[in-house]
Amino acid sequence: MLRINCPFCGERDHSEFTYGGDATVTYPALDAPTEAWFEAVYVRSNPKGPHRERWQHSDGCRLWLIVERDTVTHAITRVEPSRAVLSELIK
Amino acid sequence: MTGFRLKSGGAIDRGKPLSFSFDGRMLRGFTGDTLASALLASGQRLVARSFKYHRPRGIMGAGVEEASALVTVGKGAHTTPNTLASTEELVDGLDAYSQHCWPSLRFDLGAINQLFARLFSAGFYYKTFMGPGKRPKSWLFYEHFIRRAAGLGVASREPDPDHYESREAFCDVLVIGAGPAGIEAARVAAEAGLDVFLAERDFLLGGALLHESQPIEDTDARDWLSARERSLRAAPNVRILGHTTAFGLYDNGVAGLVERLQPGASARERFWVVRAKRIVIAAGALERPLVFGNNDRPGVMLASALRAYANRWAVAAGRRVLIATNNDSAYAAAHDLARAGIATTLIDARENLPASLLHKSKEAGVELRLACVPLRTIGRCARAVEIGTADGGGVETIQCDAVGMSGGWSPTQHLLSQRGVKPIWNETLAAFLPGATGEPIRCAGAAAGTWRSEDCARSGRAAGAEAARALGRRAPDEEFPGPGGWEAPIRPWVFGGIKGKAFVDLQNDVTLDDVRQACAEGYDAPELLKRYTTLGMATDQGRTSAVNALAVIAEARAKPLDAIGTTTFRPPFVPVSIGALAGAERDQHLLPTRRSPMHDALVAQGARMLETGLWLRPWFYPQGEETVDESYLREMRLVREAVGICDVSTLGKIAVQGPDAGELLDRVYVNAFKSLTVGRARYGVMLRDDGIVMDDGTSWRIGEHEYFMTTTTANAGKVMAWLEELLETRWPDLRVAVTSVTDQWAGASVAGPLARDLLQALVKDVDFTNEAFSFMGVREGSFDGVHCRIARISFSGELAYEIYVPADYGQALWRVLLEGAKSRGGGTYGLEALGALRVEKGHVGGPELDGRATLDDLGLGRLASTKKPFIGSALRMRPDLQRKDRAQIVGLMPVTTGETFKGGSILCAAGDESGHGLGWVTSVTESPSLGQWIGLGFVKGGLADWEGRTLLADDPIRGRRTLVKVVAPHFLDPEGKRLHG
Repeated sequence: MLRINCPFCGERDHSEFTYGGDATVTYPALDAPTEAWFEAVYVRSNPKGPHRERWQHSDGCRLWLIVERDTVTHAITRVEPSRAVLSELIK
Repeated sequence: MTGFRLKSGGAIDRGKPLSFSFDGRMLRGFTGDTLASALLASGQRLVARSFKYHRPRGIMGAGVEEASALVTVGKGAHTTPNTLASTEELVDGLDAYSQHCWPSLRFDLGAINQLFARLFSAGFYYKTFMGPGKRPKSWLFYEHFIRRAAGLGVASREPDPDHYESREAFCDVLVIGAGPAGIEAARVAAEAGLDVFLAERDFLLGGALLHESQPIEDTDARDWLSARERSLRAAPNVRILGHTTAFGLYDNGVAGLVERLQPGASARERFWVVRAKRIVIAAGALERPLVFGNNDRPGVMLASALRAYANRWAVAAGRRVLIATNNDSAYAAAHDLARAGIATTLIDARENLPASLLHKSKEAGVELRLACVPLRTIGRCARAVEIGTADGGGVETIQCDAVGMSGGWSPTQHLLSQRGVKPIWNETLAAFLPGATGEPIRCAGAAAGTWRSEDCARSGRAAGAEAARALGRRAPDEEFPGPGGWEAPIRPWVFGGIKGKAFVDLQNDVTLDDVRQACAEGYDAPELLKRYTTLGMATDQGRTSAVNALAVIAEARAKPLDAIGTTTFRPPFVPVSIGALAGAERDQHLLPTRRSPMHDALVAQGARMLETGLWLRPWFYPQGEETVDESYLREMRLVREAVGICDVSTLGKIAVQGPDAGELLDRVYVNAFKSLTVGRARYGVMLRDDGIVMDDGTSWRIGEHEYFMTTTTANAGKVMAWLEELLETRWPDLRVAVTSVTDQWAGASVAGPLARDLLQALVKDVDFTNEAFSFMGVREGSFDGVHCRIARISFSGELAYEIYVPADYGQALWRVLLEGAKSRGGGTYGLEALGALRVEKGHVGGPELDGRATLDDLGLGRLASTKKPFIGSALRMRPDLQRKDRAQIVGLMPVTTGETFKGGSILCAAGDESGHGLGWVTSVTESPSLGQWIGLGFVKGGLADWEGRTLLADDPIRGRRTLVKVVAPHFLDPEGKRLHG
């Protein structure tokens, strides 16, 4: 079980969170061409080591977080709000 | 002669006798006994039959290393198979039974398998029943018979009547194992002020000290132990759990523990999830058997087990004991047995030993023979041992009635291995030692390869101090002692001169010959060998066999042992009952039950409720003895002819508020919502990023900056999370907030030609005339002073409204609606009628929104806006999703009126029923309006290719074949006259 340190609620079991995919993906504009959307929806790198991923604290504050997790050791090195505004706010 | 109780000594309470039964025979033991010690003391040598050959087996260990003495405890629904006799605390009235034998333990017909042992050698099943040259059906034929003979123990088929609990816990330091290392680690960490959790598998604390006859740190071992136990138990910051096994270590310091509770406690077992900042593994080491002929016979035990039974339980396994060793550790066992008056012979594979060992043995009265190894035991229960030199020469037979063996020690690496840490082979100690880990986990004591008790205690103190310092506390300096502690080096792996069956894995009946044969056939990597021979599988997961097996492979491949590799241990370290893992989360407690605000009123009215997801929803409202079919057809008629009311409170409801609310809806729905005027509602469909339909529903424009979105019941949570994700991760600039208000509103659908009449009588401040309140209009009003929201929308195709009130007024609303409906010749309708009404109208529902269908597949392509992009608008245009021959929605009707068909049927061209067919049937109902059965389904090419043609709805599972005609999926009032009337 992972323990994720939610910046708003504190350290909690990962069972309180929902995984939301690769945070390094930037989704294109809605009117972007099919190829750009294909890239964003289907093409993923599979890095060994640190990786940024999205998690929602679905059974807590419901905010979306960006979690930096090592895919080999599962060590979590950084957790921050997905919204930049909120990152500024809690500093 | 067999085992007996010594006259004095032991940590048992002779004043508190207990009675128990084994295979129906009444026996006696004492408080403090395990089932194994009491069986041994009662002279019971034969305890079990082995798994494959049904060979007689006895007790071989004194703890979790036991590989033979698996018994079934309890009977009926309380049956627990595969219980280790050596770890089962004896309680009064315990019922234990032997396993794997029929008709009895003494005379077991399955033992005939021994005669066919050649057949059962490595890879027997694969070679005989599978692979090239075998008819593919042969395994299918034999499997049934093989499965019946296989398996470890038999579980009860009755529901488990016991209670189980689960607990969550946090601590600074979790110490696993309460031997000298664990106790000292806990003490030092506690004295530094840390919150300590100490878990011990045994029902007593002390580990190896419980059978230690020698002093530790100049103190009698028991005094040393009891002083520390007292202070640990008195410390407020130490939690001690006995009878508790740590079976798994997981990420970020999370450990899984299972606690066995005493009979009469609140539960049988308690599952702990402990989150620790640091973990000290002080789980000790396990002694390895020696590999020699008939080393599995009852009476052959580990040397440390012989010692433990004698010292802790005052039980001698025999009167004449032969102990065979290749290392120093068995000397203590031999000395203690000899001092207890048992004639003891010790044979050692080594030649040159330090004088101190020789002297102590002589002093204790042990007959010592050097450069000797056991070749085989003689007798069904060992009564003699043939010994010889390492190369099989100088054979001599020694009479005895119990045999001890020590093949060296394996530090308990399982928990660390679960964390993915590879152990490091130490050639000098012939043992795997803990590898490096970046996690805050430390092995201490024998688990780190430290053999002497005093060094273990030191190692524990060092681990406790390390934990304290890492967590910012002061702690005394203590260095970790190095591994080892023997006076003379071990001489492992003597496999020469062995006669007969020599077992490497006792629990799975894998012999030396099996392992060698597997290596010869090329299965010479540990992971391959495990699968080919089953070595290291079953409940003990190779606890005593793994290292010996690696040594045999190393010998066969003529390579050093550490070049062979290891297998990875996976959780759980010991079997954990499903009951313990489930805890209280069973039956109705597995998931929460959601009830609509109308629930009590519906039930009072006689509704039959149906579980849909977490919700309980009204299925149908039987009158008298009505069946579901009779009931829903009557309910449909009420709606079509008068007025029906239906609880729709379970629909997902989301308040979308803010200046950009319309922009958000424009982006997530395929159709336009920004342009919707205030006071209007619109049906919308959402796609996923990949262009597949996610959900549908109506959204109502309540104000300039506010929409009231409804979703399907099933997708309410998903849509809410989706909107949150989009707003937070993709469009943080949108000024809009979404709030789930599903539980804040109770809602009812009011449908039928008299719906307007009913509502107008109720809600007087809203004008319901067609001119004032047209189809898809939204109004706010009140009834009896209660605020309500009404939209004129229809799922059934009738003149219909949805009316919502604050949840607390749900039952009040229901009561007045029910009165109003009844007085107009109408009534209530449930889910079954709701589903049937929408099929008549050709509306899509859950069975059609199956996560595979596109807008066009559902016949909704014309909804998609061409003026704005939306989620999924790019990828839905991919060529494969635009193919004309995709399965698309159609209406279906039996060719012969009166015939029926079912959802789930495969649609095929009549006469061609091969392959996967051309489509499938999703929803079917009887239609009172049309006087026959109708359905929706998907067929390749859709209406364009199939309208008016005939297909076969084939239902091979339920054995029904119906010819159906393909029609447009709007069976009733396709022009919408009723809707707009």
